[in-house]
Amino acid sequence: MIDVQDLVKTFGSHRAVDGVSFQVNRGEVLGFLGPNGAGKSTTMRVITGFLPPDGGTVRVGGHDVRSDSLRARELVGYLPESSPTYPEMTVEEFLRFMAEARGFLGADVSRRVDRVVEQTSLGDVRRQIIETLSKGYRQRTCLAQALIHDPPVLILDEPTDGLDPNQKHEVRDLIRAMSAEKTIILSTHILEEMEAVCTRAVVIAKGKIRLDGTPSQLAAQSRWHQAVTFLAAQDDGGKWKEPLQALKDVDSVAYRPAGAAGPAAYTVFPAKGAVIQHQVGEFLREKKIAIDQLFVERGRMDEVFRGVTVED
Amino acid sequence: MTTENKSAEKKPKKSAENKSAGKESASLRATVTRWVGILEDRLNRSEQYRHLMPILKRELFSYFRSPVAYVFIVVFLMATTGAAWYLGDFFQSNEAGLEIFFFFHPWLYLFLIPAVGMRLWSEERRGGTIELLLTLPVSLLTAVLAKFLAAWLFVGVALFLTFPWVITVYVLGSPDLGVMVTGYLGSFLMAGAYLAVASFTSALTKNQVISFITSFMVCLLLVLLGWGVLGETLTSLFPVWLVDFITGMGFTTHFDGIRRGLVEFSDLVYFFSIITVLLLATVIVLENRKAN
Repeated sequence: MIDVQDLVKTFGSHRAVDGVSFQVNRGEVLGFLGPNGAGKSTTMRVITGFLPPDGGTVRVGGHDVRSDSLRARELVGYLPESSPTYPEMTVEEFLRFMAEARGFLGADVSRRVDRVVEQTSLGDVRRQIIETLSKGYRQRTCLAQALIHDPPVLILDEPTDGLDPNQKHEVRDLIRAMSAEKTIILSTHILEEMEAVCTRAVVIAKGKIRLDGTPSQLAAQSRWHQAVTFLAAQDDGGKWKEPLQALKDVDSVAYRPAGAAGPAAYTVFPAKGAVIQHQVGEFLREKKIAIDQLFVERGRMDEVFRGVTVED
Repeated sequence: MTTENKSAEKKPKKSAENKSAGKESASLRATVTRWVGILEDRLNRSEQYRHLMPILKRELFSYFRSPVAYVFIVVFLMATTGAAWYLGDFFQSNEAGLEIFFFFHPWLYLFLIPAVGMRLWSEERRGGTIELLLTLPVSLLTAVLAKFLAAWLFVGVALFLTFPWVITVYVLGSPDLGVMVTGYLGSFLMAGAYLAVASFTSALTKNQVISFITSFMVCLLLVLLGWGVLGETLTSLFPVWLVDFITGMGFTTHFDGIRRGLVEFSDLVYFFSIITVLLLATVIVLENRKAN
């Protein structure tokens, strides 16, 4: 549905996007991850037809965003980063305007407005002036306009930014509910969000793609992936560090003495790609070490994120 | 694009028919094809019109939603009336006509029209709504035109509200209706040219104050070019054809005739060209710097 080939976008001498290629199909939710200024928003703006590409080709539903821009735009619903709206209008007026400007007429407009108001739970504030609404409602109003034409493609630039946890949850549920029949690209800083809604994660830094995989593949890049952490019943001063280190496939061991953060804890990191929970379990039984809890780490996204984006 | 394709398909058919059937039916077919083409063209245009009207409506609506619109209308009425009354000494002139009233319009529009037009694109940029507007399946030209027309209509409303002047001169004497009508149309047309300048400068910046000052300066230049005093000074320095060319670029040169009821085709062409050129310039500016 979305086909980006060698996309280049420069601002003056600065290459904001530098040879980015990827495809997104129906049913996929692609999460863009990256530091501020990495080129996420710029890439999204090119796909929506707001900015023309300087190099490469971008197609939406087979329509080139440069030569067949209007057709491509018809397929796209877009939530810009700052979720802009016309503040002097009411929610209803604004949504009606967006529907009419997209070329819908008469009863169809009302039907569409009703649908998106329902979808984004804006019923309570429908007749209020947008200026008087909280950030969360304004965000959802802008999200509602992105859905007004029931587009096959959704481009959401930080859809949950500035929302409270409940609202975040609602928006994620909405995205998940729509994901089956749409092609969705969203950008986020929140790694748990990536795991919660995305089927695919693309890490972008300095205008280039650093990583492209499923969120779990991304997590697998972490040092913490498959690491085993156990909480010792007694603070033993870290005397098992050395023996644990000697086990097969163990890369390193970290010990945290009991304190404000909780009871004494060991974390055993595996060599890359190894699974060590059995060795560790056996070791604990053998040495008769009393533990309160033992769990296998899934991998920490923020650490992968830093590793991938800070290196140079 | 679709019309091009279809008319291209139809042409070979038409020529094939020409050979087999009689000439009469061929010409009938040609006529039908031509009308179908025109109809398709109309529909295509209404396709853009369907997008243009909502944008125009919203823009106009946003003027009246804010108190600024009403303040503007009051200032507009006071300025146009005050200038004619006090500066123009309307009463003493002993003339039942609006010539004096219109005389000051090029000068008053210098600050009135940029005040209306300064927000056209600056505000869309500052509020980020430009991203919504320009990712709609609407051509940039349509969007520029829609917003321009809305602002122009708004100025038209303000201008219309000066109608008590017409009543006044009717009460005082027997004015020439034709001259008054051309005066109004000319003033409206000139306001369009000022607005096109404002549309262009507002596309250049997020800052409405900068937008206002720049369009004021550009409009001032265009007014001064047609100012008699400048013309006289230039005549002593440059050849006549050059002076004519320079003064011919000015607003007042073309408005003076219309104000007196003399509509020349070249004056209309002048104002419409200014509008067209500056709106196209607005499109180009937005195309190139909508991001920053």
